Amino acid sequence: MSHEEFVGREFPPFTVDVDSWRLRFFARAAGADDPLYTDPATARAAGYPALPAPPTMAYSLLMDAGQPFRVLEELGIDLRRAVHGEQAFTYHAPLCAGDTLTGVVRIADIYSKKGGALLFIVVDTTLRNQHDRPVVDQRSTVVVRQG
Amino acid sequence: MSTTPDFDSLAVGDALPELVKPPLDRLQLALYAGASSDYNPIHLDDDAARAGGLPGVIGHGMLSMAFLGQLLTGWVPQRQLRGFSARFVAMTALGDSVTCRGTVKAKHEVDGERRVELELSAVTQDGRQVLAGSASVALP
Repeated sequence: MSHEEFVGREFPPFTVDVDSWRLRFFARAAGADDPLYTDPATARAAGYPALPAPPTMAYSLLMDAGQPFRVLEELGIDLRRAVHGEQAFTYHAPLCAGDTLTGVVRIADIYSKKGGALLFIVVDTTLRNQHDRPVVDQRSTVVVRQG
Repeated sequence: MSTTPDFDSLAVGDALPELVKPPLDRLQLALYAGASSDYNPIHLDDDAARAGGLPGVIGHGMLSMAFLGQLLTGWVPQRQLRGFSARFVAMTALGDSVTCRGTVKAKHEVDGERRVELELSAVTQDGRQVLAGSASVALP
Protein backbone atom coordinates (compact mmCIF):
# COMPACT_ATOMS: atom_id res chain seq x y z
CA MET A 1 0.00 0.00 0.00
CA SER A 2 1.38 3.38 -0.95
CA HIS A 3 1.23 6.18 1.57
CA GLU A 4 3.25 8.84 -0.25
CA GLU A 5 0.08 10.64 -1.29
CA PHE A 6 -0.50 11.52 2.38
CA VAL A 7 2.75 13.48 2.75
CA GLY A 8 2.00 17.16 3.28
CA ARG A 9 -1.53 16.47 4.38
CA GLU A 10 -2.78 18.80 7.12
CA PHE A 11 -5.61 17.88 9.47
CA PRO A 12 -8.32 20.24 10.79
CA PRO A 13 -7.22 22.13 13.94
CA PHE A 14 -8.03 20.79 17.40
CA THR A 15 -8.12 22.55 20.76
CA VAL A 16 -7.05 21.32 24.16
CA ASP A 17 -7.26 22.91 27.62
CA VAL A 18 -4.31 22.76 30.02
CA ASP A 19 -5.53 22.05 33.50
CA SER A 20 -3.57 22.73 36.71
CA TRP A 21 -4.71 19.46 38.29
CA ARG A 22 -3.57 17.56 35.22
CA LEU A 23 -0.12 19.16 35.19
CA ARG A 24 0.37 18.29 38.85
CA PHE A 25 -0.73 14.70 38.22
CA PHE A 26 1.67 14.39 35.28
CA ALA A 27 4.62 15.79 37.25
CA ARG A 28 3.98 13.49 40.20
CA ALA A 29 3.42 10.40 38.05
CA ALA A 30 6.74 11.01 36.31
CA GLY A 31 8.48 11.49 39.65
CA ALA A 32 9.36 15.16 39.12
CA ASP A 33 10.26 16.30 42.62
CA ASP A 34 10.86 19.98 41.79
CA PRO A 35 7.98 21.93 43.44
CA LEU A 36 7.99 24.26 40.44
CA TYR A 37 5.81 21.64 38.73
CA THR A 38 3.40 20.97 41.58
CA ASP A 39 3.15 24.14 43.66
CA PRO A 40 1.57 27.22 42.00
CA ALA A 41 3.22 29.62 44.50
CA THR A 42 6.68 28.28 43.57
CA ALA A 43 5.77 28.62 39.89
CA ARG A 44 4.70 32.25 40.34
CA ALA A 45 7.87 33.02 42.30
CA ALA A 46 9.81 31.66 39.30
CA GLY A 47 8.01 34.10 37.01
CA TYR A 48 5.32 31.83 35.56
CA PRO A 49 1.65 32.90 35.60
CA ALA A 50 0.64 29.38 36.75
CA LEU A 51 2.09 25.87 36.94
CA PRO A 52 4.31 25.21 33.92
CA ALA A 53 4.11 21.95 31.98
CA PRO A 54 7.26 19.80 32.17
CA PRO A 55 9.20 19.50 28.88
CA THR A 56 7.50 16.35 27.54
CA MET A 57 3.96 17.07 28.74
CA ALA A 58 2.93 18.59 25.41
CA TYR A 59 2.93 15.12 23.87
CA SER A 60 0.24 14.04 26.34
CA LEU A 61 -1.90 16.95 25.22
CA LEU A 62 -1.84 15.39 21.77
CA MET A 63 -2.88 12.09 23.35
CA ASP A 64 -5.73 13.90 25.14
CA ALA A 65 -6.92 15.17 21.80
CA GLY A 66 -6.60 11.68 20.27
CA GLN A 67 -4.23 13.01 17.63
CA PRO A 68 -1.53 10.35 17.30
CA PHE A 69 -4.09 7.60 16.70
CA ARG A 70 -6.25 9.75 14.47
CA VAL A 71 -3.42 10.10 12.00
CA LEU A 72 -2.56 6.39 12.05
CA GLU A 73 -6.17 5.39 11.61
CA GLU A 74 -6.48 7.81 8.73
CA LEU A 75 -3.55 6.02 7.09
CA GLY A 76 -5.12 2.62 7.76
CA ILE A 77 -2.26 1.56 10.04
CA ASP A 78 -2.73 -1.42 12.36
CA LEU A 79 -1.96 0.17 15.74
CA ARG A 80 -0.60 -3.13 17.08
CA ARG A 81 2.21 -2.95 14.52
CA ALA A 82 3.11 0.67 15.30
CA VAL A 83 5.66 1.90 17.83
CA HIS A 84 6.76 5.38 18.76
CA GLY A 85 10.27 5.63 17.38
CA GLU A 86 11.29 9.18 18.08
CA GLN A 87 9.91 12.35 19.65
CA ALA A 88 11.22 15.91 19.34
CA PHE A 89 10.14 19.21 20.87
CA THR A 90 11.01 22.77 19.84
CA TYR A 91 10.05 25.30 22.50
CA HIS A 92 8.86 28.84 21.76
CA ALA A 93 6.99 30.01 24.87
CA PRO A 94 6.03 28.57 28.28
CA LEU A 95 3.08 26.18 28.37
CA CYS A 96 1.11 26.77 31.57
CA ALA A 97 -2.02 25.80 33.43
CA GLY A 98 -4.96 27.81 32.18
CA ASP A 99 -3.79 27.86 28.58
CA THR A 100 -6.06 26.83 25.76
CA LEU A 101 -4.05 25.50 22.87
CA THR A 102 -4.88 25.09 19.24
CA GLY A 103 -3.02 22.37 17.42
CA VAL A 104 -2.45 21.58 13.80
CA VAL A 105 -1.18 18.20 12.69
CA ARG A 106 0.64 17.71 9.40
CA ILE A 107 2.18 14.58 7.92
CA ALA A 108 5.75 15.68 7.24
CA ASP A 109 7.16 12.54 5.69
CA ILE A 110 6.54 8.87 5.04
CA TYR A 111 9.30 6.52 3.95
CA SER A 112 10.25 2.88 4.21
CA LYS A 113 13.46 1.11 5.18
CA LYS A 114 14.82 -2.43 5.09
CA GLY A 115 13.28 -3.19 1.73
CA GLY A 116 9.84 -2.07 2.85
CA ALA A 117 9.82 -4.09 6.10
CA LEU A 118 9.55 -0.88 8.14
CA LEU A 119 7.42 2.14 7.39
CA PHE A 120 8.33 5.47 9.03
CA ILE A 121 5.62 8.08 9.49
CA VAL A 122 6.79 11.54 10.53
CA VAL A 123 4.09 13.79 11.97
CA ASP A 124 4.55 17.47 12.89
CA THR A 125 2.23 19.18 15.33
CA THR A 126 2.23 22.88 16.17
CA LEU A 127 0.54 24.19 19.31
CA ARG A 128 -0.43 27.86 19.68
CA ASN A 129 -1.88 29.41 22.81
CA GLN A 130 -4.93 31.62 23.37
CA HIS A 131 -2.81 34.68 22.43
CA ASP A 132 -2.07 33.02 19.07
CA ARG A 133 1.55 32.66 20.12
CA PRO A 134 3.47 29.54 19.10
CA VAL A 135 4.20 27.49 22.23
CA VAL A 136 5.78 24.22 21.16
CA ASP A 137 6.32 22.30 17.95
CA GLN A 138 6.53 18.53 18.04
CA ARG A 139 7.78 15.94 15.61
CA SER A 140 6.73 12.35 16.25
CA THR A 141 8.15 9.45 14.27
CA VAL A 142 6.12 6.27 14.28
CA VAL A 143 7.63 3.02 13.01
CA VAL A 144 5.29 0.40 11.57
CA ARG A 145 6.25 -3.23 10.95
CA GLN A 146 4.99 -4.18 7.50
CA GLY A 147 3.94 -7.51 6.05
CA MET B 1 19.34 24.24 44.40
CA SER B 2 22.50 24.45 42.34
CA THR B 3 23.48 27.54 40.40
CA THR B 4 22.75 27.76 36.70
CA PRO B 5 25.74 26.80 34.55
CA ASP B 6 27.12 29.58 32.37
CA PHE B 7 28.31 29.37 28.80
CA ASP B 8 31.92 30.42 29.34
CA SER B 9 32.67 27.96 32.11
CA LEU B 10 31.42 24.94 30.11
CA ALA B 11 33.61 22.99 27.74
CA VAL B 12 32.77 20.43 25.07
CA GLY B 13 32.91 17.04 26.74
CA ASP B 14 31.67 18.27 30.12
CA ALA B 15 29.07 16.01 31.71
CA LEU B 16 25.87 17.06 33.45
CA PRO B 17 25.28 15.67 36.95
CA GLU B 18 23.63 12.26 36.50
CA LEU B 19 20.03 11.64 37.49
CA VAL B 20 19.25 8.17 38.83
CA LYS B 21 15.55 7.29 39.01
CA PRO B 22 14.09 4.67 41.35
CA PRO B 23 13.18 1.24 39.87
CA LEU B 24 10.02 1.24 37.77
CA ASP B 25 7.07 -0.37 39.49
CA ARG B 26 3.49 -1.11 38.48
CA LEU B 27 2.17 1.82 40.49
CA GLN B 28 4.28 4.33 38.59
CA LEU B 29 3.29 2.83 35.23
CA ALA B 30 -0.37 2.97 36.22
CA LEU B 31 -0.11 6.58 37.40
CA TYR B 32 1.84 7.60 34.31
CA ALA B 33 -0.69 5.88 32.02
CA GLY B 34 -3.44 7.99 33.56
CA ALA B 35 -1.45 11.20 33.77
CA SER B 36 -0.18 10.98 30.20
CA SER B 37 -3.39 9.67 28.59
CA ASP B 38 -1.50 6.65 27.29
CA TYR B 39 -3.85 3.75 27.98
CA ASN B 40 -2.01 1.15 25.92
CA PRO B 41 -2.51 -2.04 27.99
CA ILE B 42 1.05 -3.29 27.31
CA HIS B 43 2.09 -0.92 30.12
CA LEU B 44 -0.55 -2.12 32.57
CA ASP B 45 -1.69 -5.63 31.87
CA ASP B 46 0.69 -8.61 31.67
CA ASP B 47 -1.86 -10.63 29.69
CA ALA B 48 -2.10 -7.93 27.03
CA ALA B 49 1.68 -7.53 26.95
CA ARG B 50 2.18 -11.30 26.48
CA ALA B 51 -0.46 -11.38 23.76
CA GLY B 52 1.72 -8.81 22.00
CA GLY B 53 4.78 -11.03 22.29
CA LEU B 54 6.37 -9.28 25.27
CA PRO B 55 7.50 -11.08 28.43
CA GLY B 56 5.34 -8.76 30.55
CA VAL B 57 4.41 -5.10 30.93
CA ILE B 58 6.95 -2.57 29.67
CA GLY B 59 7.59 1.02 30.69
CA HIS B 60 6.37 3.95 28.62
CA GLY B 61 9.10 5.35 26.37
CA MET B 62 7.71 8.81 27.07
CA LEU B 63 8.13 8.19 30.81
CA SER B 64 11.85 7.61 30.25
CA MET B 65 11.88 10.79 28.16
CA ALA B 66 10.19 12.63 31.05
CA PHE B 67 13.10 11.42 33.23
CA LEU B 68 15.56 12.87 30.71
CA GLY B 69 13.57 16.10 30.88
CA GLN B 70 14.10 16.13 34.64
CA LEU B 71 17.85 15.82 34.05
CA LEU B 72 17.62 18.99 31.93
CA THR B 73 15.33 21.02 34.19
CA GLY B 74 17.47 20.07 37.19
CA TRP B 75 20.43 21.58 35.37
CA VAL B 76 18.94 24.77 33.88
CA PRO B 77 15.60 26.54 34.27
CA GLN B 78 13.15 25.08 31.77
CA ARG B 79 12.68 28.40 29.94
CA GLN B 80 16.28 28.07 28.68
CA LEU B 81 15.42 24.84 26.90
CA ARG B 82 15.10 25.41 23.13
CA GLY B 83 14.87 21.89 21.79
CA PHE B 84 14.75 18.33 23.11
CA SER B 85 14.50 15.06 21.25
CA ALA B 86 14.86 11.36 21.95
CA ARG B 87 14.94 8.14 20.00
CA PHE B 88 13.40 5.10 21.70
CA VAL B 89 16.09 2.46 21.22
CA ALA B 90 15.03 -0.20 23.73
CA MET B 91 12.21 -0.97 26.15
CA THR B 92 12.25 -0.67 29.93
CA ALA B 93 10.88 -3.41 32.17
CA LEU B 94 9.59 -3.51 35.73
CA GLY B 95 12.44 -3.08 38.19
CA ASP B 96 14.61 -1.14 35.78
CA SER B 97 16.27 1.87 37.31
CA VAL B 98 16.92 4.50 34.65
CA THR B 99 20.00 6.69 34.81
CA CYS B 100 19.95 9.89 32.74
CA ARG B 101 23.16 11.36 31.40
CA GLY B 102 24.11 14.37 29.32
CA THR B 103 27.30 15.65 27.75
CA VAL B 104 28.13 18.96 26.08
CA LYS B 105 28.70 18.26 22.38
CA ALA B 106 28.95 21.79 20.98
CA LYS B 107 28.86 25.46 21.93
CA HIS B 108 27.70 28.10 19.47
CA GLU B 109 25.55 31.15 18.86
CA VAL B 110 22.10 30.76 17.34
CA ASP B 111 19.55 33.54 16.81
CA GLY B 112 21.74 35.94 18.78
CA GLU B 113 21.96 33.76 21.88
CA ARG B 114 24.62 31.46 23.21
CA ARG B 115 23.66 27.81 23.25
CA VAL B 116 25.09 24.45 24.11
CA GLU B 117 24.08 21.28 22.33
CA LEU B 118 23.81 18.26 24.57
CA GLU B 119 23.98 14.57 23.83
CA LEU B 120 21.62 12.67 26.11
CA SER B 121 21.32 9.07 27.11
CA ALA B 122 19.06 7.02 29.36
CA VAL B 123 20.45 3.66 30.45
CA THR B 124 19.24 0.91 32.76
CA GLN B 125 21.13 -0.46 35.77
CA ASP B 126 22.70 -3.15 33.57
CA GLY B 127 23.98 -0.59 31.06
CA ARG B 128 21.31 -1.09 28.40
CA GLN B 129 20.60 2.14 26.53
CA VAL B 130 16.88 2.86 26.27
CA LEU B 131 16.96 6.42 24.90
CA ALA B 132 19.40 8.32 22.73
CA GLY B 133 18.65 12.00 22.74
CA SER B 134 19.78 15.55 22.29
CA ALA B 135 18.90 18.98 23.59
CA SER B 136 19.65 22.58 22.79
CA VAL B 137 19.95 24.92 25.78
CA ALA B 138 20.43 28.70 25.89
CA LEU B 139 22.93 29.87 28.50
CA PRO B 140 23.87 33.27 29.88
